[in-house]
Formats: sequence, C-alpha cells, structure tokens
Amino acid sequence: MDPLTPPLPPTARGTSVLIRRHSIVVRLTHWLNVIFLTFLLLSGLQIFNAYPRLHWGQYGADDDPAFLEIGAKDTQAGPRGFIEVGPVTVPTTGVLGLSKVDGELTPRAFPSWLTLPSFQDLAQGRRWHFFFAWAFVINGLIYLGYGFFTGHLRRDLAPDRHELAPRHVWREILDHARLRFPSGERARHYNTLQKLTYLIVIAGLLPLMLLTGLTMSPGVDAVFPFLLDVFGGRQSARAIHFITASLIVLFVIVHVAMVILSGPLNNLRSMITGRYAIRQGA
Amino acid sequence: MNILTRRRFLFGSTLGASALALTGCDVLEQNEEVGAVIRSAEGLTMRAQRLLQGRDRLAREFAEKDISASFRVNGTSAPDSAEYGKLVETQFENWRLKIDGLVERPQLFSLADLKKLPARTQITRHDCVEGWSAIGKWTGVPLGLLLRTAGLKLNARFAVFHCADELEKTLDGSGRYYESIDLIDAFHPQTILAYAMNGANLTVGHGAPLRLRVERQLGYKHAKYVMRIEIVDNFGGLWGGKGGYWEDRGYEWYAGI
Repeated sequence: MDPLTPPLPPTARGTSVLIRRHSIVVRLTHWLNVIFLTFLLLSGLQIFNAYPRLHWGQYGADDDPAFLEIGAKDTQAGPRGFIEVGPVTVPTTGVLGLSKVDGELTPRAFPSWLTLPSFQDLAQGRRWHFFFAWAFVINGLIYLGYGFFTGHLRRDLAPDRHELAPRHVWREILDHARLRFPSGERARHYNTLQKLTYLIVIAGLLPLMLLTGLTMSPGVDAVFPFLLDVFGGRQSARAIHFITASLIVLFVIVHVAMVILSGPLNNLRSMITGRYAIRQGA
Repeated sequence: MNILTRRRFLFGSTLGASALALTGCDVLEQNEEVGAVIRSAEGLTMRAQRLLQGRDRLAREFAEKDISASFRVNGTSAPDSAEYGKLVETQFENWRLKIDGLVERPQLFSLADLKKLPARTQITRHDCVEGWSAIGKWTGVPLGLLLRTAGLKLNARFAVFHCADELEKTLDGSGRYYESIDLIDAFHPQTILAYAMNGANLTVGHGAPLRLRVERQLGYKHAKYVMRIEIVDNFGGLWGGKGGYWEDRGYEWYAGI
C-alpha cells in the first residue's frame, strides 16, 4: 500500500510482518467520518419524524400520494404502528410508527433511541444536522484532496483492468461468500470488491447525500436550480436522501461484519495505528 | 474463546459508549457553550448561501400545471381574536397595513390601495421546515416598492412583520406571530406581500388579507395575517429577542436551509 514500505525480505513460512496500511490522514478522516455520520443519521431521523412521508416530484404534502409512510393508526385492538411502502403495509408496533417514550406507547416514526435528541424537537435536530453536515463536508474535502494529490485514490482504490475482468470479480464473489479472504501478499492490497464498494460509497453515496440535502434548501435551489432537474424536484431529493442514507447504513453493517469476519483486531489496528499484519510465504 | 470475549467486549463497549454519547447529547445541548458551537453553523450557512446567491438570484418559478392540487393550511387556520373576526366580516374594508419604525414617512395602506400598485405574480414552491412542499401562485405588491415609498432611515436593518394570529395562548402576548427579514431579502424582487393566491383573494386559512412571500427561505418566514411592518435596527427587544415566533422557540433566524 505504502510506497515507502520496502519489499519484504524472504523469511520463513508462517511468520507475519506488519506493513503500513493506512496513512494518518486516512485514519483520522475515517474515524471523524464515523462520528459525523452517526450524528447526521440520528439527527436526520429526528428531522424525518417531523414529516414521516416520502413523495416523488417537485411538491408533496398531506393530500398528495406518498410512496413511503411511517405512522400509527387506531384499530379495534388499539393503536398500531406501521410502515407502508407502495401497496405493502407492514406492522411495526414498538419500533416504527408507535414506540415507547418513557414507558408509554407514543406515535412517532422512528423510536426515541434512534433519534437525536431522543425527544421530539425538530429545531434541535436541525441544528445538530447542519452543524455535522458542515463537519462532514470539510472532512470529506480533506480526504478527497489528500486522495487526489497523493495518488491514494488512484493507487489504492481504482481497480485495474485485470481486476475488473468478470471472471476475476466472480472468483472474488465466490471467495467472499465462503468467507475466504485474501491472505499473504494478496492481502497487501484491497481486493476488487473492496475497491468497488469503497469507491461507490466515496464517489457515489456520500456526495449524493450532500447534493440531495442541498436540493432541499430553498436558498441553494435559487443558486443551483439545475439540482431540481437532476433529482426531479425537492420532494424527490428528500426521498433519495432517505434511500441513500439507508444504503449507507447497509454498507456500514456489511463493512463492520467484514471487519469482524476477516480478523477484527488486525483490521482495527490498521485503522488506528496504521499497521497491518500479513502472513508471509502463504 | 478468549478472542471471542475480547471481541464481544470491544464491540459491546463501542456500542455502549456511543449510546451513552447520544443520550449525553440531550444534556449536552443544554450546556451553553456546546449550544453556541452547534449554533455557529447557522451563521456559516447564511454567509455561504448569501455569498453564492448575491442579491437577486431568483427562486425557481413554475408553470400553472405544476400547482399543487391542494395547498396545506399550516400554523393558524383562522386567528380567533374579535378584532380579526370583525375584519373578516367587513371583508377587510377597514384593515390598514401600517409601515412605521425607522422610516421617513410612516404609511397606511388599505387593501384597495395595495391592489392599485404594480403587482407581481409568481408560481413558487413553499417549503415547510417539517419537510413537505406545495406549489402555489401568488400575486402581490413587491415589499421593496412599499419600503421605498416609506423611505428607510440610514440605520434601518430589518423589516419586522407583526401578525394578527396568536399561535400560542399566553398572558403576556408572546404567543403572537411575528417574523423578520433583513433588507437583502426585503428588497429581493420575489419578496412580495401577497393578497391573492391561485388567482383568487387570499383565504383566511392562507393568511388573509396579506401574507409575506420570501421565496428563498422556509415556510415559517412567510408571515400570514400581516398587520404592521416595523422597520428596526435590531430585534433584540421584541418578545423572545430572536426575531420571530419560531425563532424564539429554537428555530434558525436564517431559514434558507
């Protein structure tokens, strides 16, 4: 990974050496991003709770059709929470739509343990959200600037033609499915699936979060009206913002699972100290 | 086994620590210094947007076919004071818009006076802070025109809109709706005092006889039931001192996002 690391001298089979895997900038921006995205997600759910419906198009309010809704309704058996996506309604009492606040079932889209602040307060949720949005943007620009100018993005993340060959990608998918991860010399670099996933998150999902977020701002729309055309309107942008956030949560779940399955201590050490152990001669 | 427990411990403690950190936020925000840091983002947002917008970048205007089939009535749906009731009964014949404060020539306009002035019609999107949007057609008098007629004093900085509706019943009247914008927004070409919506007189639900449209900001800035415009150099002395009903309740004064 690191151009400064000298080639490994041949040693006995089975010994492991520490290589320098992640630079200080990558490690710092990674952990800051963890913090910022956590705050953004939880304050975002607070904001969503103020109007827990998603529309497609330029406008959308109570009387307009929504393609996703989280709510509570009264039934003969008492109030019930639900999530409705298109024609499908799923009962979610206790978690979505209706959940306990101080021991009492209360109508709220996302439960209090998933929102920031825990109680209903849109103004405070917005303040946290926009503060951490700035932090996220600045952190992201530092990472991208570093990645471009040092060649980190090109060297470590851009897959070469060989890696993109269908047979190679298929091989990796099978290996991942069997939980067989690269070891030895091959573990020096990200594998293709890793490269593609990280690139999708870094160059796709995260910028999409920012752009759809900005499209919801009437002030920004006056400056960049084309954003409304790109995303199909403010309400579409709000929907894409929500869907993209869900995809990032999905990524984090898989990412953490992979970290745990492929050697959690070694992985964590490499993201904290930068040093990553690989077995030699394997 | 050893590793598993350590892994569990690591994982569990991380989760626990973040849960602790998050409930901690409820308390943290009460802390004044933390609150001030979090709030600093509002100034950054406003400066960034103003820098990019310049004075006259327009909010998007839509076509007739884009108008919402139903435009949600939000906030007050009908002010319940006796005075307002009388105004409605007489179709606002005795209503006067007062413009005073830091102006050279205080003004009184009747609804008929306003309708005789040059009007602007715009089909724009109304964005509620909650997240929903509705598109409507608004017709009214550019605020800048009225302010030029009144003549601003040199120290004028904000236009404060005093409204007829009381959103929260309080003994001291602090539940009365009011809003404020600065002169950049006040003189923006799309900032109008609308007396008509979708081609008809403004209904009581949407703020009759007159509501503010300030198109580059969120819905709560668009004061309904405007009775008086007061020009001030600061709004610190008004009610909660934050420049608006919702601002006094924690929302940003600059609502461009």
